[in-house]
Amino acid sequence: MSSDNRKITYARAINEALKQKMRSDDTVFVIGQGVKSPWYVGHTCADLIEEFGAERIIDTPVSENAMTGVAVGASIAGMKAVAVHPRMDFMLYGLDPIINQAANWHYMFGGGASVPVVIWAIINRGGEQGSQHSQALQALFAHIPGLKVVMPADAYSAKGLLVAAIEDPNPVVFIDDRWLYNNSGEVPEELYKVPIGQARLVKEGKDMTAVASSFLLGEAEKAVNQLADEGIEVELIDLRTIKPFDKEAISKSVKKTGKLLVIDGGWKSFGVSAEIAAWISSECFNELKAPVFRLALPDCPAPASCDLEKEFYFDSFTIISEIRRIVQQ
Amino acid sequence: MEYAEDTLLNIYEKLVLIRYCEESFVDPILNGEIIGPVHLYSGEEAVAVGVCAALKKSDVVFGTHRSHGHFIAKGGSVRKLVSEVYCRDSGCSKGRGGSQHLIDVSAGMLGATPIVGGTISLALGAALAASLRKDKSVAVAFFGDGASGEGVLWECVNFASVKKLPIIFVCENNLYSTHMSIDEIRANRNVYETAKSFDIFSKQIDGNNVLDVFETAKLAVDLCRNSEGPCFIEAKTYRLRGHVGPDDNIQGTHTDIRPEAELESWKKRDPVKLFEEYLLTAGIGREALDEIKNRAGLEVKAAVESLRETQKPAGKEELLKYVFR
Ligand SMILES: Cc1ncc(C[n+]2csc(CCOP(=O)(O)OP(=O)(O)O)c2C)c(N)n1
Ligand SMILES: [Mg+2]
Repeated sequence: MSSDNRKITYARAINEALKQKMRSDDTVFVIGQGVKSPWYVGHTCADLIEEFGAERIIDTPVSENAMTGVAVGASIAGMKAVAVHPRMDFMLYGLDPIINQAANWHYMFGGGASVPVVIWAIINRGGEQGSQHSQALQALFAHIPGLKVVMPADAYSAKGLLVAAIEDPNPVVFIDDRWLYNNSGEVPEELYKVPIGQARLVKEGKDMTAVASSFLLGEAEKAVNQLADEGIEVELIDLRTIKPFDKEAISKSVKKTGKLLVIDGGWKSFGVSAEIAAWISSECFNELKAPVFRLALPDCPAPASCDLEKEFYFDSFTIISEIRRIVQQ
Repeated sequence: MEYAEDTLLNIYEKLVLIRYCEESFVDPILNGEIIGPVHLYSGEEAVAVGVCAALKKSDVVFGTHRSHGHFIAKGGSVRKLVSEVYCRDSGCSKGRGGSQHLIDVSAGMLGATPIVGGTISLALGAALAASLRKDKSVAVAFFGDGASGEGVLWECVNFASVKKLPIIFVCENNLYSTHMSIDEIRANRNVYETAKSFDIFSKQIDGNNVLDVFETAKLAVDLCRNSEGPCFIEAKTYRLRGHVGPDDNIQGTHTDIRPEAELESWKKRDPVKLFEEYLLTAGIGREALDEIKNRAGLEVKAAVESLRETQKPAGKEELLKYVFR
């Protein structure tokens, strides 16, 4: 197999990004719960402790507030910390160092210092885990000035965005999803970056535009491919970066198609989909042939019962019917 | 120490009920009938039972991800617990919560949730409410050794001490926090020593000896009722099952955490067996114990059988039902 079409999983792509960055930059280290065990973080941290030792691969007590602050402080003091939270829900204890401190730091000191920290937050939901083990809180972090938020949808962008996040001089919230960990994709062996702030045109189409990210990009892709068989041509964009989102890519597409569906795995109200819809509605007001539509989670905590989970989460089938409805407008 | 036979047999019944309940989940977890994460309490029953035996119904408790035992010990219904673990509409949280989110307000079980340390401050709030109302009730926060890593615990102990609030902090020290042994995550194994520095009653006890737990809890409850709280109890115990599900977490297997010899030595100190031996030497007949076991077995069996008449909540209307009152 030649190296340019080598396939590895999403989890292994994250693992490779960490390894390569840690080899090339002594200031990079990883801190968080479960980094020495496959239990919490799948294969993303496999073999790291063997290669880099417990000094740079730091498994921690259950102390999210302090450990997140430690990552932020070390990054202020010249290191590049990657602070992992095996579930995004657990990192709510760490909101102060992320939001009050890291996000504001560079601005409130007039550029006196920056915080090159990566807050790696894992979405780990489903399986009747219920409300406190299922949250996708990208909108919460995207709301905060001074934070960048990325959400890779495939192995290639998982590696490239994590490298970019580590190299970025600002705090970046890197959000991945356990539902993606076993998906394989082509990943170059060498170190590369996926630029923060750039979306990817997944598929060209003329009838309407759909924007998605993370796990739902895959569902959207399935939907769009099936609709193509019916002659509906949807232009699909992988957001990749939630904040700053790629305004140029989305507006260029919407100016062509005149219709937009924004798909997001967080809640609908006040969320990522709301922001993009609002922005595009004013930016492309004259080109829009229909209102901007959104697919996101209903305003309800995650239920435990798997039958309610089926109602709560959506997949390609919901996306297909929504797109059919929109193109008929 | 003299105890009424009733008291002893009630304690025994709760211990057995919890054990049977927990073990009834093992096969359904393995065969996928139970889907969500289940943190079994087998081996730690004496802590919940000993503490709750010292409480009144009007006292309140808060729990954790591992709270089946707290729920039953405080008087929650076995049927509602079992139903909840299977996420049925007949469960204590109507299938919205599963094993990790248990509540029975009428029994004084005010809520168990799986954010580590997340309910400690809530229990403190309940203690504050009791002190504002001057109703002499006591609040209990159950949590693990792992939760001692969260700053919020110590913020709560300090505030409780400053305000002399009627709360008992019960640390179930089972020596592990998921994949980490206590020596990897704490500078000092003895959690009660940290609590002592806040100038409160703080004691380490044998959490597998239900009467030790009961005696210490009675003392703590009395202190709290006399406005001489708060109290901190560190109950040393051990999980007979692993962190989540029935897996043992034995070294050398895929979860690879605990030494096999350690588990074997704790099995000899199984709290249900220890108490059984005590009862027999105290002169309680084996028949009385067998009858209790029989009854507990039937109760759990009936709870599991009642699942046939229940269903998982489903559909859009059900999904949105409890967002607000
Ligand atoms: C805030 C938070 N961080 C991490 C977790 C993941 N987690 C679940 S249980 C647990 C360990 C808890 O250990 P301990 O408090 O000793 O309770 P035990 O499981 O031993 O009963 C952890 C870290 C969590 N649920 N919440
Ligand atoms: Mg523990």
